[in-house]
Amino acid sequence: MNRINKKLQENKKLLSIYFTAGYPNLDDTANIIQELEKSGVDMLEIGLPFSDPLADGPTIQASSTQALKNGMTTEVLFNQLKDIRKTVNIPLIIMGYFNPMLQYGVEAFCKKCAEIGIDGLIIPDLPVDVYNDHYKAIFEAHGLINIFLITPQTSVERINFIDSISTGFIYMVSSASVTGSSSGFGEEQTSYFKRIADMDLKNPQIIGFGISDNKTFTQAIQYAKGAIIGSAFIKHLTNKGVDTIGSFIQNIKN
Amino acid sequence: MSYNINNKGYYGDFGGAYIPEMLYPNVEELRQNYLKVMGDPSFQKEFNQLLKDYVGRPSPLYYAKRLSEKYNSKIYLKREDLNHTGAHKINNTIGQILMAQRLGKKRIIAETGAGQHGVATATVCALMGLECIVYMGEIDIARQAPNVARMKMLGAKVVPALSGSRTLKDATNEAIRDWINNPVDTHYIIGSVVGPHPYPDMVARFQSVVSDEIQWQLYELEGTTKPNYVVACVGGGSNAAGAYYHFLDDTNVKLIAVEAAGKGIHSGESAATSVLGKEGIIHGSKTLLMQTNDGQITEPYSISAGLDYPGVGPMHAHLYKTGRAEFISITDDEAMNAGLELCKLEGIIPAIESSHALAIFEQKKFRPKDIIVVSLSGRGDKDLDTYVKYFNL
Repeated sequence: MNRINKKLQENKKLLSIYFTAGYPNLDDTANIIQELEKSGVDMLEIGLPFSDPLADGPTIQASSTQALKNGMTTEVLFNQLKDIRKTVNIPLIIMGYFNPMLQYGVEAFCKKCAEIGIDGLIIPDLPVDVYNDHYKAIFEAHGLINIFLITPQTSVERINFIDSISTGFIYMVSSASVTGSSSGFGEEQTSYFKRIADMDLKNPQIIGFGISDNKTFTQAIQYAKGAIIGSAFIKHLTNKGVDTIGSFIQNIKN
Repeated sequence: MSYNINNKGYYGDFGGAYIPEMLYPNVEELRQNYLKVMGDPSFQKEFNQLLKDYVGRPSPLYYAKRLSEKYNSKIYLKREDLNHTGAHKINNTIGQILMAQRLGKKRIIAETGAGQHGVATATVCALMGLECIVYMGEIDIARQAPNVARMKMLGAKVVPALSGSRTLKDATNEAIRDWINNPVDTHYIIGSVVGPHPYPDMVARFQSVVSDEIQWQLYELEGTTKPNYVVACVGGGSNAAGAYYHFLDDTNVKLIAVEAAGKGIHSGESAATSVLGKEGIIHGSKTLLMQTNDGQITEPYSISAGLDYPGVGPMHAHLYKTGRAEFISITDDEAMNAGLELCKLEGIIPAIESSHALAIFEQKKFRPKDIIVVSLSGRGDKDLDTYVKYFNL
């Protein structure tokens, strides 16, 4: 069974962390992954940096720009990850924009992910219909779960469609925004969380965008299987560095 | 073979809508409605009325006698420079503001490079009383100061794009992010035939008034609706799309697309996408774009802010791949000289973008009886500073 599915079966709420590979320093990747697992994080999204990240706010943009300046490429990332499964057991997801994957070759990219032990992919700008028509078979042949997003504006019909083709979890974008822009959830968000929870979908939901601290994390996991933190973690790396990852995670959880 | 868009939103291998889910409702709403709205007689009536009375259409098709004598061919200039706001961009913004109104949108966002599209958007927002926010690269704000001032006078808020290369590509990113953050009340007026489907097709249709006029104007002047060549500069490609539109499937009419070679195609400072680009995804569209082997979008360069874009519209990628259009690259120097030549021979100061199209006459020989229509897409007022500095005037 795919590590993502296995993790989702555990009787607990999940904390997933996003970080940009190659930031703050090119070779921090393996260290960050190991520290996060040690700190009790349940799942990771490894960001493959892109020059033009349309769905991301200033924090992740800046970390991506810096990572690319540091020399991060698809090939470098794969090399950094090649022995990662010797030490790390939690599910690993690569999150990135479609163009770098297209240039690497989607088939070659998926093959490499499978060799390394990557469990899934999140590709915000790969539309569902293009995935279904052209890439689904390739992903499945390599045992990769493709994670789709929904937003407060996604219609009920489309949510049901996305649920029907999803095989892991549904990435629930908390509000109409790019990453890192919200501060706290109001009535509007919690009623959306509740609406989705009440739909009783086949796939569990994990909430991302706008989760930055214990308060927002606790709010989110009331309504969903788990929550994802990205920009707030990047900010922590920027301000406090890699050595204090454990205390950041403890502050989120307690 | 058709060179126009198919019912899935692709020109051959290019196009589509490679967008994050956050944009899906906005783009889908537009996709489902744009043809219906444009086909509505009341929309057509209002659009055509504004093009006539407000923009000043039809724009003249002018026989450039002295230019023709010099290059021993029949050269016609399609005078989009004489439109209100000084370029072809207003054809599209008039259409899109009417579209936005019919979709019930209250807030308009746009990206701009040279500032022509920003001005054209600010203009129609003032005309219709809608809020207008224009994203513009910080570098472009500095080199196109008159257009920034015009947008402000027209009541628009100009927001500098500070990310990446701080030019058109980054302004487009910022506009897309704004749209993600404001998914309900906002319409994004894209200025070129780029972006996710249906934008390339919608913008091409609004600009197609240009080739429609060329047909009947040429008939009055030459007794034929068909020029031998249609020439236009291509950044994103909207003026070219408009000038080609009604000739796309008539291969007797040859199409020439002129790209900005900057300081030379292989100088590392160029925007010649057809030569330097590879297939990939930019701003929601599968097309040709300049990128590293690793799929990172690279920074283009051209002296002309309007051609300084690392991609090209999917229609043009298809025209290139199929060989339907001939692509020619023109350097900064060649364009500047051609611009000055038009001033001296015809008394017309062209936008530097359009000067690129005019520069092909030094590169390519035509027969004396060839009828060549050049899209003079904009006027050069905004570029005076650049011309003055370049020629030490």
